[in-house]
Amino acid sequence: MASVFVSGNMAAAIGARQAEVNVVAAYPITPQTSIVEYLAKFVADGELDAQTIPVESEHSAMAACIGASLAGARAFTASSSQGLALMHEPVFAAAGLRLPLVMAVANRALSHPVTIWSDHSDSMAERDSGWLQFYCETCQEVLDTIIIGYRVAEDARVLLPAMVCLDGFYLSHLSEPVSVPAIEDVRRFAPKSAPKYPILDVDDPKSIGLVISPDFFTEFVYDKHASMSMARDVTEEAFAEFERMFGRRYSHLESYRIDDAEVVLVGMGTMAGTIRVAVDGLRARGMRVGALKIKTYRPFPGEEIRRALRGARVVAVVDRAVTYGTGGIAYYDVARELVNESPHPLLLDFVAGIGGRDITVDTINRVAEQALAVSLDGRRDDVTWVDANKETLAIWGLALR
Amino acid sequence: MPHPWLKERPLTPCLRGGFSTVNQTGSWRVIRPVLDISKCRDCSMCWLYCPEGVIDRENNYSIDYDYCKGCGVCAVECPVDAIEMVKEE
Repeated sequence: MASVFVSGNMAAAIGARQAEVNVVAAYPITPQTSIVEYLAKFVADGELDAQTIPVESEHSAMAACIGASLAGARAFTASSSQGLALMHEPVFAAAGLRLPLVMAVANRALSHPVTIWSDHSDSMAERDSGWLQFYCETCQEVLDTIIIGYRVAEDARVLLPAMVCLDGFYLSHLSEPVSVPAIEDVRRFAPKSAPKYPILDVDDPKSIGLVISPDFFTEFVYDKHASMSMARDVTEEAFAEFERMFGRRYSHLESYRIDDAEVVLVGMGTMAGTIRVAVDGLRARGMRVGALKIKTYRPFPGEEIRRALRGARVVAVVDRAVTYGTGGIAYYDVARELVNESPHPLLLDFVAGIGGRDITVDTINRVAEQALAVSLDGRRDDVTWVDANKETLAIWGLALR
Repeated sequence: MPHPWLKERPLTPCLRGGFSTVNQTGSWRVIRPVLDISKCRDCSMCWLYCPEGVIDRENNYSIDYDYCKGCGVCAVECPVDAIEMVKEE
């Protein structure tokens, strides 16, 4: 296994290269652009035998990947923010056609106001598209998850596409030492085999992508739902096999010092590392705090969430995306799993790190302190915008609750 | 014939080629084009415009009612009004 010092975007490109993708179709957008630039270079330099398709938009990028996948190719693309939003329509089509694409999403906030910086609003807007979603914390995790993504997506029990999300700049442009699995090993881990979904084949002509009346539509949707649910186990199997072959252990959730924790802080993506550092500091101050990282967001690991959080007194979910007028988004996924538990922890909803506002150890300390305070004086009924600027909002005539 | 999806899981809406041989879309029609061949000048406009390709130019512009959906494009395009749209009984 070779070791290299690369950015998250390079790690994504290397992941696609080691998975020997046949087709790369993408359109440039910050902060994703260098992923496909690196892949184009791999192809130009003869390091990857793939067809690169320069397209006129992200909508076409996804359409080209759909076409390639329907021809039986292993296809890859990458996008961010407005580009992903422009892809929205064929993103759903790819899932409905059951095509095992893998897409890297360098997370960037959606306009307006225009920003190039990170939050999860772009991938959250595709949450219900039928794609698997993994959120990564390190460059190594990005590379590995792309390879794992192909294995899971192409599994006959799943056959749904997979998004590998990496926080824009925080991870896309962060460089770390990364271990690169050998292509022969990746071939054994995620072998290319004959497609297990309907493909375009002149010797076996078919109509694909038909109009469906209410007689069958529900069943097709349920089929995707069942496959997505099944993807929980298939991904777990892939994590176990990945560890056996490459020595690195992944899981749907990553817990840290939660066994005796009164307060568990839940987060996704790069904030997970910051939360762990904050937990150590808070523990040193005598606060019984733990951390839980959600790696697999779709399918949502409900049973594992219940198991991990059952004993906590307070669960504080930190979201890097907002559903307007209510609050964070992953909060609802966590709350849904716990609400019927009796007794269940006090569930608190924090929004932070929107549009590239750094989530620092101090941000997390404030989350933990507020969570503890609230748990002592009873339930509060609103989301906490933990890093919003009160002074600015006051000038705007807006009270921060 | 039982629908193929009632026999096995299709995974995604997908049918073997040739399904239209059994799925006759003429049943959708509520008005039918009727050609008065005595007015026809053999210009082929109806044949050219028919979106379903159900007009047979080699055979006196006969219309295949098994597949004609009754859209009426042929009647609109006919320059001599030789095609009339008649309500299906």
